Amino acid sequence: MLLQVENLRVGLAGGPEAVRGVSFELAAGDTLGLVGESGCGKSLTALALLGLLPEGMAATGSIRLAGRELLGLPERALAGLRGDRLAMIFQEPMTALNPLHPVGRQVAEPLRRHRGLSRAAARLAAKRLLDRVGIPNAERRLDAYPHELSGGQRQRVMIAMALACGPDLLVADEPTTALDVTVQRQILDLLLELVEERGMALLLISHDLGLIGESVRRVAVMYAGLLVERGPAERLFRRLAHPYSQGLFAALPRLGAGAGGQGPRLSTIPGRVPALTALPPGCPFAPRCPLAEPACADWAPEALAVEPGHAAACRRLEAALARPEARPQAGPGP
Amino acid sequence: MSDLTRPVAPLAPAQGGPRLALRRALGHPSFLAGAVLTGLVLLAGLVSLLWTPHSATEIQVFNRLRPPSGTHWLGTDMLGRDVASLLMVGARNSLLVAVAAVTLGLSLGVFLGLLAAALKGWVEELILRLADFGFAFPSILLAVLIAAVFGPSTTNAVIAIGLFSVPVFVRVARAAAKAVWAREFVLAARACGKGRLRITLEHILPNVAPTLIVQATIQFAIAILAEAALSYLGLGTQPPQPSWGRMLNEAQTLIWQAPLLAVFPGLAIAVSVLGLNLLGDGLRDLLDPRLSERR
Amino acid sequence: MSLFLAKRCLTLLATLLFTSLVIFLVLEVLPGDPALVRLGVDAPPEAVAALRERLGLDRPAAERYLAWLAALASGRLGESYAYGQPVALLLAERLQVTLPLAALAMVMTLGTALALGLWAAARHNRPADLFVIGVSQLGLAIPNFWFAILLILLFAVGLGWLPAGGFPGWERGLWPGLRSLLLPAVALATAQIAVLARVTRSAVLEVLREDFVRTARAKGLTRGQVLRDHVLRNALIPVVTIAGLQLGALITGTIVVEQVFTLPGLGRLLFQAIANRDLELVRNLVVVFALATVLINFLVDLLYAAIDPRLEAADV
Repeated sequence: MLLQVENLRVGLAGGPEAVRGVSFELAAGDTLGLVGESGCGKSLTALALLGLLPEGMAATGSIRLAGRELLGLPERALAGLRGDRLAMIFQEPMTALNPLHPVGRQVAEPLRRHRGLSRAAARLAAKRLLDRVGIPNAERRLDAYPHELSGGQRQRVMIAMALACGPDLLVADEPTTALDVTVQRQILDLLLELVEERGMALLLISHDLGLIGESVRRVAVMYAGLLVERGPAERLFRRLAHPYSQGLFAALPRLGAGAGGQGPRLSTIPGRVPALTALPPGCPFAPRCPLAEPACADWAPEALAVEPGHAAACRRLEAALARPEARPQAGPGP
Repeated sequence: MSDLTRPVAPLAPAQGGPRLALRRALGHPSFLAGAVLTGLVLLAGLVSLLWTPHSATEIQVFNRLRPPSGTHWLGTDMLGRDVASLLMVGARNSLLVAVAAVTLGLSLGVFLGLLAAALKGWVEELILRLADFGFAFPSILLAVLIAAVFGPSTTNAVIAIGLFSVPVFVRVARAAAKAVWAREFVLAARACGKGRLRITLEHILPNVAPTLIVQATIQFAIAILAEAALSYLGLGTQPPQPSWGRMLNEAQTLIWQAPLLAVFPGLAIAVSVLGLNLLGDGLRDLLDPRLSERR
Repeated sequence: MSLFLAKRCLTLLATLLFTSLVIFLVLEVLPGDPALVRLGVDAPPEAVAALRERLGLDRPAAERYLAWLAALASGRLGESYAYGQPVALLLAERLQVTLPLAALAMVMTLGTALALGLWAAARHNRPADLFVIGVSQLGLAIPNFWFAILLILLFAVGLGWLPAGGFPGWERGLWPGLRSLLLPAVALATAQIAVLARVTRSAVLEVLREDFVRTARAKGLTRGQVLRDHVLRNALIPVVTIAGLQLGALITGTIVVEQVFTLPGLGRLLFQAIANRDLELVRNLVVVFALATVLINFLVDLLYAAIDPRLEAADV
């Protein structure tokens, strides 16, 4: 097992927690999608994996990469792993690249840092990487500055940078969210292609359920710092177990004719995501849940099995599974 | 659509009212320290209008260069004048010059800055070029030049200091005004046909006021420093009017006999400037709504 | 690149011309007849008229302005009345004091401020940071001539290590000359360090918050490498601007500091020229000061473009 995360908690030092006991595993070459709305803690989970939490935040629990515990590792050792064994790409390609350095130099940087390549050798390797991620005129582009490239091209550069040293694990935090719709597809396809080609494990983070459904083999749904449902994508999308996942899915806009040629009204989940400092007791989703009962406020969430490999943290699992929303008519995506 | 009614960036928080604002202000360390220090100086200046421990201008040669004592708290200078009284009247003069100069600079600068933001086009270009030039021209040089040409006096010091404050206010006013012009509620007003002058007076001015207040506070500090420097050089307030800067000049010649004389006036200047800087920093923090959200 | 340079040079020239015009006009307004002032009120009218003609005062203002510009451009700076020497000679003499002084102060400023700013930013919100902020607030509030006097009190009067003023001349050796410039340089540098340290600190803090710093760390660069390769250059932009302005302020700061330490430099010369109503000298000196300031701004602009490739593209 390449990555083992156990009871990960992330919060402000001595303050409210944003990630409240998340556990999951990722095997080499496997792909896992982490889904949830803004503020559920998925980005912080990703940052905790790389030890890049913002100032003032701390993580507890266990994060093991190839058997080696990452939490508590001294900064030097972590820096040695980052970019080499595990890599991350971020949401905003414009601000994620240094505006004053040419693109080639930034792609070559991890190679020079971890592999000790000379400038010339690294430049050659960078050119090949730029080629592979689909940037035309790679040779000339090496000396271009980020502001001279388009959003899609910058994200390709980011991908090239992340893959430079051939990491075992790639964490992608909303890699396509900031891009134009037409480009999103291309970048995602590129990412999946490269992951498959190099046998990397991928942790894909997104708020877009449709995107996740088409891309990864396993899915985990996150809400208010907890994983509320997890399982293989195929099975999960055929039988959505947790009321939150059901609500998320139902909220996806879908093409379709209803009465009078108009589609059905978009459904929403009433209420809003609770603030970290005002988390409800018991099940965090209870205030918004159509199946909630008073006992839900006293229930400590734990994962209950739905079928082999597929679990959800709901007290009223049978009732949830019995709802029509548990079996969406169309599969994920268009 | 809520943007139409939401006030623009630099504006004091509307919620809570003056009492909440006051409590926040007193809790802010920089503002508090600055207010106390500035208040002290202000107090000294105001009190000097009615009373000083001794006469600040009476020369008592037999009493010269006395160390601090019960009668003369800070001692006497080379002409027997009471240092404490000199400092108090000096405070009054410094503050007067600062206020007058900054008022001059602010009026002219804000007028030009708002004009530039409202009219745009070549008017704005011209005003910007002039402001850039004003920045490039060293301020002390301007002050020295004016004092040299027109003769040293308090009035000329005020004019000089006021003039070199103008570019700063032009820039700040213009930048802040432009931000307000781009706000939706101003666009709405223009769509209703309101003239630029009315918009400037009714919308732009109130919204840029807080930024200007902060800048004015900082300029006060600069003005006090500048006035002191000019007086030190003999180009500012003329005798017999007391002036901190000139006191320092006089004290320097006697630095071997009466070192303390050189300490007090400088201390007074430093305290005033420090107080005003802290006050300005505090005001900037308090009037920035982004920070108020974080609290 | 050349277009950028050309535009900048043009602006430089325009500013210089405008500066000279302003200076000329300001001095034109000077009340009184310079010839009369020099010869005294009781001087015979023919002598006054003769002097006026010699000084070229009877020609129209525009002609005098252009003549003056032409003289400046060809390096003829005229003669000083009070000193009876060509201005160029005086300048050369005085520059020997002012230039090393300014250079010394600038080196002190840059070295101390950048180090302090970086140090404070790296220890954000910890005691070291607060210390630097506090010290810089003080540095801003203390008038540089007062600090100079305090320095004299401590090092000259109290400890007797350094001279209280005056300049022995470089002929006496390098060290005696430097000794006299040490305290003045410190006095000049103090206020600038206060400002620049703050600017450096906030610039570095700003850059540390940027996304690309996080990317750099995600690539496995150590904190030191991140600071050196990614943060410094990006933080330089605001720092260079302020440093440039500081240099300008430093040069004019010599006017006051040279007075305090009675150093025979340019600043003091200007001051005495004004006191003597030595118009020729005043005018040319002011131009020299203004020229220095404008040139520095120009260089800062160029440095800008060298540091930040985005500016060239936008053709500011």
